[in-house]
Amino acid sequence: MERILRGKVWRFGDGISTDHITPGRYYHLRGDLKALAEHTLEDADPEFARNARPGDFVVAGKNFGQGSSREHAALVLKERGIQAVIAPSFARIFFRNAVNVGLMPIICDTEGFETGDEIEVDVVEGRVRNLTRNFERTFRPLPPVMRAILASGGLIPHVLRYGGFRWQDTP
Amino acid sequence: MGLTLAEKIISRRIGEEVRAEDIVVVPVDLLLAHEGTGPLALDRFSALERTRPATQVLFFSDHAAPAPRRELSNVQKRLRTFADQTGARFYPPGEGICHQIVAERWARPGQIILGADSHTCTAGALAAFATGMGSTDIAVAMALGQTWLRVPPSIRVEVEGTFPPMVTAKDVILHLIGRLGAEGANYQALEFGGPTVAAMSVEERMTLCNMAVEAGAKTGLCAADEQTRRFLASRGRADGYTPLAPDPDARYERRVHIPVDSLAPQVAFPHFVDNVRPVEEVGDVPVDQVFIGTCTNGRLSDFRIAARILQGRRVHPGVRLLVCPASRQVYLDALQEGLLQVFVEAGGLILPPGCGACVGVHQGVLADGERCLSTQNRNFQGRMGNPEAEIYLASPATAAATAVRGRITDPREFL
Repeated sequence: MERILRGKVWRFGDGISTDHITPGRYYHLRGDLKALAEHTLEDADPEFARNARPGDFVVAGKNFGQGSSREHAALVLKERGIQAVIAPSFARIFFRNAVNVGLMPIICDTEGFETGDEIEVDVVEGRVRNLTRNFERTFRPLPPVMRAILASGGLIPHVLRYGGFRWQDTP
Repeated sequence: MGLTLAEKIISRRIGEEVRAEDIVVVPVDLLLAHEGTGPLALDRFSALERTRPATQVLFFSDHAAPAPRRELSNVQKRLRTFADQTGARFYPPGEGICHQIVAERWARPGQIILGADSHTCTAGALAAFATGMGSTDIAVAMALGQTWLRVPPSIRVEVEGTFPPMVTAKDVILHLIGRLGAEGANYQALEFGGPTVAAMSVEERMTLCNMAVEAGAKTGLCAADEQTRRFLASRGRADGYTPLAPDPDARYERRVHIPVDSLAPQVAFPHFVDNVRPVEEVGDVPVDQVFIGTCTNGRLSDFRIAARILQGRRVHPGVRLLVCPASRQVYLDALQEGLLQVFVEAGGLILPPGCGACVGVHQGVLADGERCLSTQNRNFQGRMGNPEAEIYLASPATAAATAVRGRITDPREFL
């Protein structure tokens, strides 16, 4: 994973649920990730579903990803090429799913970010710079077990590599 | 310093004492997934180059039961084929909702249960540490027979007093979520106790634990006691009973007291579960549909209280009433007691056991601008298949009263 990520912001509010990210009416599309991903977040912002580009960021309010355990909610964001989801807090199943599929969740105050802002994220130093509005926020690194999983590219490659869960002896 | 229920279950299962915040690897006793999450778990499982699961796995056809389209028939077939080849269990459409079947036939005090469904926490009603995870975590647990987790700190919820008529466990949990907020218990366990919980049946405790996740909790838990033993014995599973209680000097993150003597029926407004008000403060809200069912409130005791209100009455002409038993067993028991007859005579419609209406897959999809009052656990925008509709959450008693009047109604008017 790159140390510095740069891209454009799509801004969402508080309490974005997995029903917003992958609505239940597209249940039958779960076997076709590309088709499912076309509807990503369309009930929260139809523009996002139409126009989000690889390299963009989702920046949201608190409790992002609340609701169902559907891993597809993390997968469709990854399928759309979203580099990271940044929010002040995440629902725990979504948070864990994101790490498992190699989508970075960043816990950070998102007050003042707007759709269209250009941002730069330093994943090692734990900093988000809003280049459009010229301010900077810091964030805390993930717990070691999650850093180890993300560094492997997700939980499946992690388990294939180590034969189980390893975090003490990984950087 | 003593242990909370969560700490005690995990400590016993690992064989050493662990505390809140510890990150541990634990053995898993039972895994479940359904047609929405199971196929992805199978993809991941084969990516791990495994063929047979290392622990007991259950697959359910409940979210689209019976299947409304071929994509879903095909994934159900895939789960059934995998189960046939590996010794996993497959429950076909009609058997019921995964969490109900886990409670009726599988869950036991002290177990660790993971499900690729967020409401897996329902089994906490039987003092099992049960939590929802994604398909990848389930696949890895299928391969390794274990998972990693952070031992959650616990919030102790003390429920005290005697329920007034028409006030139920659903009102307790809605009230609690309104107080804690949708992330008020994030990464924590909700441990339910106190004299009112001790007097509750396992069915009522399932309603409490089911919605723990709506406050962000990793799981909800109740002690295993005489009620638990009786529930297991009634299903021929008395041998699975072990008493299990938190230590009196356990350390809690916080304590919340809920006196139920003065509790009113509660209603959650769209589009958030924590947007809760007592029924007196609802105002005039006409509805187009009432739904009684789901893993939250599709059990016999729920149908009994709804039937008490609907007996000899008609559903309001502007309302569709849908009733869905949580399992084949609930269906049979409700048939035998004549409860389904009451609903059908009142103008209601009986759905086959399953989750389809609640998750917006099929059956009961709302029209644009319509409102539904449901006994389910979530009212997020689009939940019942239409983002232009509104969902209100309440108890089966409030649902039945609302079905009769055509607007959200205090069930105490039917005393």
